[in-house]
Amino acid sequence: MSSTSNTTTIGTIGAPSRRNTELALLVFAVIIPVFAYINVGLAKEDTVPAGVLGYALGLGLLAGVAHLVVRKWAPYADPLMLPVATLLNGLGLVFIWRLDQEPQITTPQLGGAMAPGQLMWSTLGVALFLGVLIFLKDHRVLQRYTYISMVAALVLLILPVFFPARFGARIWITIPGVGSLQPGEFAKIIIAIFFAGYLMVKRDALALASRRFMGLYLPRGRDLGPILVIWALSLMILVFETDLGTSLLFFGLFVIMLYVATERTSWIVFGLLLSGGGAVAVATFEHHVKTRVDNWLHPLQLLNGGVTETAQAMYSFGSGGILGSGLGQGYSRLIGGIAPKSDYILATVGEEIGLAGLMAILLLYGLLIERGIRTALAARDPFGKLLAVGLSGAFALQVFVVAGGVTGLIPLTGMTMPFLAQGGSSVIANWALVAILLRISDTARRPAPAPAPSTDAEMTQVVRP
Amino acid sequence: MSELTLTVMRLGFLAVLWLFVIVAVQVIRSDLFGTRVTQRGAARRGGQEPRGAQRQAAPPQQAQRRQESGRGGNNRQRRGAPTKLVVSEGTLTGTTVALQGQTITLGRAHDSTIVLDDDYASSRHARIYPDRDGQWIVEDLGSTNGTYLDRTRLTTPTPIPLGAPIRIGKTVIELRK
Repeated sequence: MSSTSNTTTIGTIGAPSRRNTELALLVFAVIIPVFAYINVGLAKEDTVPAGVLGYALGLGLLAGVAHLVVRKWAPYADPLMLPVATLLNGLGLVFIWRLDQEPQITTPQLGGAMAPGQLMWSTLGVALFLGVLIFLKDHRVLQRYTYISMVAALVLLILPVFFPARFGARIWITIPGVGSLQPGEFAKIIIAIFFAGYLMVKRDALALASRRFMGLYLPRGRDLGPILVIWALSLMILVFETDLGTSLLFFGLFVIMLYVATERTSWIVFGLLLSGGGAVAVATFEHHVKTRVDNWLHPLQLLNGGVTETAQAMYSFGSGGILGSGLGQGYSRLIGGIAPKSDYILATVGEEIGLAGLMAILLLYGLLIERGIRTALAARDPFGKLLAVGLSGAFALQVFVVAGGVTGLIPLTGMTMPFLAQGGSSVIANWALVAILLRISDTARRPAPAPAPSTDAEMTQVVRP
Repeated sequence: MSELTLTVMRLGFLAVLWLFVIVAVQVIRSDLFGTRVTQRGAARRGGQEPRGAQRQAAPPQQAQRRQESGRGGNNRQRRGAPTKLVVSEGTLTGTTVALQGQTITLGRAHDSTIVLDDDYASSRHARIYPDRDGQWIVEDLGSTNGTYLDRTRLTTPTPIPLGAPIRIGKTVIELRK
């Protein structure tokens, strides 16, 4: 929108590539975790930890290679996403390593030290990030695989039912000898591709063919079909896999993308009603979900002879206060149970760097999501817009579900904080997600190509004697 | 390690973390590119103003003009030439494309500059390009439902007046300064 006044004109200037900004922020994003690492070592053992040089070089190498690849293959991509992701991943590694220093929660039964494994998974994640950037030249290619990705996502979602439950939820695939992975983390990317492709085609039917009733647009019965199918599917995940987080993530993602595609508020109302009703119904008769809800409603009630994990997380937030106890000086070993390094890592963060640090971390997540939505605004094709909204929406929902669960806003569900928490599938999938967002933002911010020299436009040549 | 050192490190870490957030927000602020404010009319008023003021005003203006011509791709970018294309109606409302001497294609094909998600648009519907003088021309590429400039259906490549609506199906675009 051009606006003029008497003295000034406001004109457009092209998008700069901003790669140097990214490099400066990346250096910053590597230094902060190294600082944290040294801080933990000094606090716990009075010495600078021996691995600090290796850790700094490793993180710096990963960030450097990622930066060079972005510079080469996605030169106009958003300058903030890579540094923020690097910082979160680096801090996550420091916090996991810090928890590894507590013998009480690093027993062999709980998997032993996890920081080396997490570093390997992060490397794999960055490798996948590079692979996506190099081989996915244009995100619109993904549109061809709309229905294939639907099938793939369904398979990934249904597969864990056939594997034994771990920690009360069936969200794992166990491959003997290789390890286990959470297919839901990858399914969230694939299903965002399906929703984007599907809604791009169907959104006119969903938005226009509706009757108005009490201020809401009621869609036709047959258009209501897909949302009911997705709703039933997410409830089935809840019942058979007893996983509140995944089911909330998929249904929420669908409602967000439906709303963005059709601009109809009524979908949000329907979505909230359906998910609320479904969750209440399942919570009343499914034992595992019921326990979670009870823990949430009455965290301080004594169950099995001690305090619940929810209460312990609350205590650690309280003991951290505003400025925190300092890195390496908290009592996160007291968070018993099975997941102090994955689901409850936010409690350690809150205790050791306090409310001020926790807010900074949440703001970093917010910035990453904001850049995703900004990418969606800047994208010039509807599929890219919907895909960027879907991916950043999935990321946002995941952060909300975990942070809300740990802080006691909603019942806790088994999900990992993206990048921060221990978990191989999560860190790999989220690096791939950031790579796709960077690819879309590169396409969106790239200036249009220079005109091909046309023969008509050339100057007439005059031959002079 | 002494209590004091640890306290300093604790507060220092928080400070650095917040510094990163603040720098990141500053990057977002400066990233709202799209617009640039320039003093206007310096050239016209130059003659009437005192000499001193004119000398002061001249260097930035020259620099700005050099910048502009470098950016424009062709050095004949005239005053009052449109600098961007704005989608004013349709599903892509608000999308802008900077005009930098390149050809802009419109249509449902995925490789178009502006991908129209419109049942009434053809896959290669129209193109907009500058001719030798920098005048922007719209040409219908044999679309089924036609391209309209104001109310007339295009049959030949036609120069686009500033702000005139070009209608393709449900989408309306116009060139603006």
